[in-house]
Amino acid sequence: MLSERIRAIVGEHGRLAVAVSELNDDASLYQAGLTSHASVNLMLAIEEAFGIEFPERLLRRRTFESISSIAAAVRELTPLGFAA
Amino acid sequence: MTAATVPHLAARTGPDAVALAGQVARAVAAPAASHVDRNSRFPSEAIAALREARLMSALVPVRYGGLGCSIVQVAEICDVLGQHCTNTAMVYAMHQIQVAVLARHAGSSPFFERLMRDLVERQLLLASATSEVEVGGDVRRSICAVERRGDDVQLRKQAPVISYGEHADAILVTARRHPDAAASDQVLVVAPTDASRTTLTRTSGWDALGLRGTCSSGYVLETRVPASHILADAYDDISAHTMLPVSHVLWSSLWLGLATDAVSRARAFVRDAAKRKPGTMPPGAVRLAEAVGVLQTMRAAVTHAANAFDAIYEDRDALSSMGFALRMNGLKVQSATLAVQIVSQALSICGIAGYKTDTKYSVERHLRDAYSAGIQINNDRVLGASATMLLVHREDA
Repeated sequence: MLSERIRAIVGEHGRLAVAVSELNDDASLYQAGLTSHASVNLMLAIEEAFGIEFPERLLRRRTFESISSIAAAVRELTPLGFAA
Repeated sequence: MTAATVPHLAARTGPDAVALAGQVARAVAAPAASHVDRNSRFPSEAIAALREARLMSALVPVRYGGLGCSIVQVAEICDVLGQHCTNTAMVYAMHQIQVAVLARHAGSSPFFERLMRDLVERQLLLASATSEVEVGGDVRRSICAVERRGDDVQLRKQAPVISYGEHADAILVTARRHPDAAASDQVLVVAPTDASRTTLTRTSGWDALGLRGTCSSGYVLETRVPASHILADAYDDISAHTMLPVSHVLWSSLWLGLATDAVSRARAFVRDAAKRKPGTMPPGAVRLAEAVGVLQTMRAAVTHAANAFDAIYEDRDALSSMGFALRMNGLKVQSATLAVQIVSQALSICGIAGYKTDTKYSVERHLRDAYSAGIQINNDRVLGASATMLLVHREDA
């Protein structure tokens, strides 16, 4: 499932102050300790994992606010059925 | 009370506010600039004059009785102040950054409504405590945390720098949201400086190379205030949407003012040399032409960025884009670098007369002040943040 894959990447690259398993999909990653620097590493890891490139309009804090907001962005950039 | 019912306030917005600031700069700030610098003291007469002119509330919206100036207008005020006293300009800029933050992020609680009106009626001076011992200049992380005490909150912060803290009416302090919050999960708290709420224990002084009048000493700040003093928005939004862009635009504007005055002195030097030997081109004349060109480049960059920011000032989505953050970071680093370059050129034109402290061509204070631009928020830290963003940002700058 998409959110599980993202969750694993967030856990590996997000450098959060809490375990990613303690967060629900809508919890704020920034409140969980995601810094600007870590969010860039997270973007790069997600681009690599899904073979996508985030366009400028998605390169903003809101996109990486939560696991579900990242999932929405990935879905938008992925050919139908691939990441679902 | 609105500007409509107070015609003298309405009349002072826009270019009038800038003209008024020019009068204060020439009549009050300039004559005191040297004394402020030599004695490393607060520019009290210039700030008092700016209060009297009601320019401290330039960025307060008209609905609270403020002037409702745009960022471009306040940038022009910082430019004209910077041409006459960098210390006054920096104190004014740092205050306006806090006003911009309150106007946009405080929410509409009775406490903040009152504070906005007090900014106008009492012409309050606001300071900032964002850096912290241990995290240093990484202002997006805090160690200290807000702790609940009934309806109050309290916090204790070891601040390596609080500029003009002892002269301010209130200090806006960053802290973690609660004792268990992540270092980057920050809020902003308004700490009025009256002794019943806040104590400042000085831990270091401010005897520095330049910007000596900003009185940027270190303190342990302890405050206990009602929970209503916490701004509604999280600090990450406050920082991205307002604090960083307003800071970079206003600081760049005052450095532009500083560089402009250095070039004016170089121009006066060359002109006076030409008058002494009519028909002979003074040796510094070509260097002056070069310096004027660099100054024009700097002025174009600063005014263009200020206008670009104003154009999207209400568009939170655009303000949170990487492209915008990169643009503001670029402005900061370039203007800090150009300020030093231009003042150095002015020094080489004026020669020993510029190097001395007691001539009308002196640019030694300018040079010392200019060096702060790349240090206070180090250019390398800003470039590092941009380098990180450029790993994913693809649009051409």
